[in-house]
Amino acid sequence: MQAFHYEKASEVTSAVNSAGTPGVKIIAGGTTLVDLMKLNVERPTGLLDINGLPLDQIEKTPDGGLKIGAMVHNSDLAHNALVKQQYAVLSQALLSGASPQLRNMATTGGNLLQRTRCYYFRDTNYACNKRKPGSGCAAIDGFNRMHAVLGTSEHCIATHPSDMCIAMMALEAVIHLRGQQGERTVPINDFYFVPGTTPQRENVLAPGELITYVTLPPLPSGTRSYYLKRRDRASYEFALASAAVVALLQGGRIERVRIALGGVGTKPWRSVEAEHVLQKQQPDEKHFHAAAEAALRGARPLHDNAFKVELAKRTLVRALKTATSNV
Amino acid sequence: MSDSVIGQPFTRIDGKWKVTGRAKYGVDYYFDRLVYGVGVASTIGNGRVGGIDAAEAEKMPGVLAILHHGNIEHLYHPANQFEDQSRPGESRPPFEDDRVYYYGQFVALVIAETFEQALDAASHVRVDYEAKPPVVRLDRAAQPTGEPQAHQARGDAESGFQQAPVKLDVTYVTPVETHNPMEMHATIAVWDKAKQKYTLYETSQGVVNHRNVASQVLGVPMESVEVISRFIGSGFGCKLFPWPHSWLAAIGSRHLERPVKVSVPRTLMFTTVGHRPTIEQHVRLGATQDGKLLATINEVRQSTSFIDAYLEDCVDPTSMLYSCPNVKGTQREIRMNTGTPTPMRGPGRTPSLFALESAMDELAVKLNLDPIDVRLRNYADKDEGSGKPWSSKRLREAYQMGAERFGWKRRNPKVGSMRKGDEILGWGMATMTWPGHRQEAEVHVRLLADGTARASCATQDIGTGTYTIFAEVVSDRTGIPVDKIQVVLGDTSLPPGPTSGGSFTTATVIPAIYQASDKAVNAVLKAAAKYQGFSGADPKSLKMTQGRVHPQDKPPSSGVPFQEILQSQNLVGLDGKVKTGPTDEMKKYSIHSFGAHFCEVAWDPEILRLRVSRWLSVVDGGRMMNAKTARNQILGAVVMGIGMGMLEETVYDTRTGHPINNNFADYMVAVNADVPELECIFLDYPDPVLNEYGARGIGEIGLTGCASALTMATYHATGVRIRELPIRIEKLMAGSVKEEN
Ligand SMILES: Cc1cc2nc3c(=O)[nH]c(=O)nc-3n(C[C@H](O)[C@H](O)[C@H](O)COP(=O)(O)OP(=O)(O)OC[C@H]3O[C@@H](n4cnc5c(N)ncnc54)[C@H](O)[C@@H]3O)c2cc1C
Ligand code: SF4
Repeated sequence: MQAFHYEKASEVTSAVNSAGTPGVKIIAGGTTLVDLMKLNVERPTGLLDINGLPLDQIEKTPDGGLKIGAMVHNSDLAHNALVKQQYAVLSQALLSGASPQLRNMATTGGNLLQRTRCYYFRDTNYACNKRKPGSGCAAIDGFNRMHAVLGTSEHCIATHPSDMCIAMMALEAVIHLRGQQGERTVPINDFYFVPGTTPQRENVLAPGELITYVTLPPLPSGTRSYYLKRRDRASYEFALASAAVVALLQGGRIERVRIALGGVGTKPWRSVEAEHVLQKQQPDEKHFHAAAEAALRGARPLHDNAFKVELAKRTLVRALKTATSNV
Repeated sequence: MSDSVIGQPFTRIDGKWKVTGRAKYGVDYYFDRLVYGVGVASTIGNGRVGGIDAAEAEKMPGVLAILHHGNIEHLYHPANQFEDQSRPGESRPPFEDDRVYYYGQFVALVIAETFEQALDAASHVRVDYEAKPPVVRLDRAAQPTGEPQAHQARGDAESGFQQAPVKLDVTYVTPVETHNPMEMHATIAVWDKAKQKYTLYETSQGVVNHRNVASQVLGVPMESVEVISRFIGSGFGCKLFPWPHSWLAAIGSRHLERPVKVSVPRTLMFTTVGHRPTIEQHVRLGATQDGKLLATINEVRQSTSFIDAYLEDCVDPTSMLYSCPNVKGTQREIRMNTGTPTPMRGPGRTPSLFALESAMDELAVKLNLDPIDVRLRNYADKDEGSGKPWSSKRLREAYQMGAERFGWKRRNPKVGSMRKGDEILGWGMATMTWPGHRQEAEVHVRLLADGTARASCATQDIGTGTYTIFAEVVSDRTGIPVDKIQVVLGDTSLPPGPTSGGSFTTATVIPAIYQASDKAVNAVLKAAAKYQGFSGADPKSLKMTQGRVHPQDKPPSSGVPFQEILQSQNLVGLDGKVKTGPTDEMKKYSIHSFGAHFCEVAWDPEILRLRVSRWLSVVDGGRMMNAKTARNQILGAVVMGIGMGMLEETVYDTRTGHPINNNFADYMVAVNADVPELECIFLDYPDPVLNEYGARGIGEIGLTGCASALTMATYHATGVRIRELPIRIEKLMAGSVKEEN
């Protein structure tokens, strides 16, 4: 850890100006950033603390959706009555992540930008294209049990570890950004990149750009949702595989479904392929299995993580069953 | 006995100090001019340090010294032969030469005015290495030749096995497990130049041992080292013996003539302060058709470091646990590029019982017998290994009571046959065992003129309840209430006491506390003979109960509080100091605790989810000294056992030798959500030979058998036999896919 200077932002415009300074990093809950600073993976020369910004509200939007401030804590979001009622999958995903202590600190904006847990990314003694472009990838021939099977490249196989983002993928969240150029919105589906040849570029965020809000579009009434996370222990562990399902049944058929997978992709993984398989079909075991097959068709397993392919399929099948069963 | 404090569920006397922050742990001490040492650790697993370039770091703000093999003052090898307690964790003095034996070995120490400065400078020390490929897997290591390091034999096991009508031949593997007590290792060393004396504030499971080793490594007389460890955030074995950081703090303090604090960060808790070695056990059982053992063979290979021999004896239980005419056990150590292993809760027996108890279950399955029945058919009525009778063994009762309470009768042995809702249940059980020991201890008890008592000894309380046991015994012998008894432990200036390990602390200190208390009481009775009210009385006709001195034949209420006698003679206090040790009577017996675990797992095959849903432990562990702290030990051990069975494994990167899951997020132990309600029953039969109360100690026994009970329950639910821990999703998946085909 090296010395850095520290500044507290009190309003958004000046924050955007300060955040553009080279070497400066925004700090929200700090649960990703401080961790990586202690490991010398992040070495900012300055921290811009945005905890004072008025971005901590959860509000209903005029169209019946939800507007979530970037500084809303993960625990507040998870326990929000509207979220629990209308976006259950989001509450479940948040509560399956980390620990209560971490969720109390972690923020919506920070969670969207959390970094991979790849061992080799987190240790500066290893080659890592994400941390040091062009240095190689120690994980491909290393211990890669936790790594991704979808969206990988020969340059990086790191998993995007978030649970929250998986639910937001299935909810088709929209991310609101504010930079020196002004405001823009990006659908979460377009926010993340797969690693390709540039694993250091993880998302569309420009230097100094701030996440201000996330909005969730309203869901057709009668929509049900569910998040299922599989891991070794029952709590306090990142997903080995997870599935978020948002589904609307009509007349015994699947009218609308959104599916995203966690723990297996290099970015929060939306599976349009699986959605297509289910469109207008009966919600039964046969179709669920076909959807799972479709979702994992492109999987590229490695030495230690081959089991994730099967685990993800089974997780998705169960999530689909639960989300579409009559409760 | 009913009004005795012994066995009552007393709350720890140190509990309130801990929860209010008044208990001072090693690193909580602060000294004027204290400075901070941060280690630079090797990033290769094997090879040499080519060069160390500290020029940039030396110029950084606050940096006072950078020590490494090129400039460190002389340190000695500990001889490990004088006194009973003189064992180091790692015998190589730090920075002895340029060799690197394992990843995460200290190669330099940066000392600076602040911790942050030292940390920053440490990341600017450039170390060049000449690296060689490390060996961190048993199957890739050079195989040992020559005599095995441990050996057990009776009868002719090989031909017994050959001739047996029923044979089981299987191999079990346990991975490296790393103890991670909440409080990490740390030392504050204070060198007093005028007195030429080191004071080491430590987190140690054995202050006396630490002092003895320190005096050798640092090359000073014994009286020139004092080790203080008043409170300890647990150890699980990794704090039994001193490790290199302690010597680095000491040498740094002498070098700078300032107090130096060196903490071991969590990452290095996985490299340089010990771990349970990986162990492979090739077990062969020969039996008759009705399940009577004819031969038991266990051939064991375990890892150790290139620096030290370390034996984790897994063959001892092979010879004592069951009745069997032909037994063979051999164990060999295999050198790997890891730090030196060290005892981890239940060393030897815990991995050993994973193998032996799993094998007994596999035998039961083979013969279509109930697993408890197989054990009863081979029940050992004496220790057939040593030939000695048991001092006390109620294992049969433990099996029976456990089976009854758990509802074992309802177990359908068919794999996957028991259900609860959508889940499949699996039931398992296993035997537990741990030897009873007793070592030397000296205890000083002083009864004071203010009506209180003080007991002191250079043993320590690692969080298990030793402080409370001291107070209970003094209270039991003197009648002074527990809250009026001050207990002082964890300082080598006190009379020498035992290491807190091997589950022998309680059994060891009881006789010394008991006898020292009685001696102090006798001194009071003698003084009482000169007291007005009793004047001229024969001290033998007097007695002290409830803290009051009175004639034997009259009630306590007729007497006087003992402090009045002291006050009347202007005495500050009267003392008893007694040293006790193992007795000849003990040598006639095989002294062991026993018990049985019963557990249930719930299996959701569709999503490959296995969770522990029920647990019962029945323990025949001698007399319980405190119902609360005793229960706490067993429950804690079972939590650890669930971790060992389902989760724990130190994973080394085979290219670097680096334990890559070296933090609490990636190294899995059980969390609350993994642990069902745990039930624990103590049979509470006093051991007749070990000490006055018949207490045997129960710190470790609870962990033995847990993993095998779990893999047995797992088999019962899933049909998958896990012989290599931990049980993991991918192993269950591979196994259940095989089953389906
Ligand atoms: C031990 C552990 C276990 C965990 N387990 C899980 C788990 O099981 N599941 C899971 O999903 N997560 C888990 N997490 C991750 C956790 O959810 C994230 O660390 C957290 O959500 C990050 O939020 P934060 O506010 O603390 O971010 P910070 O650490 O403050 O910031 C993270 C990054 O985002 C940037 N940033 C933050 N806010 C903004 C903003 N508004 N605009 C632009 N940039 C911004 C920062 O500059 C930084 O680069 C775990 C973390 C830990 C330490
Ligand atoms: S997987 Fe990605 S993050 Fe991990 S070492 Fe390779 S490049 Fe780095």
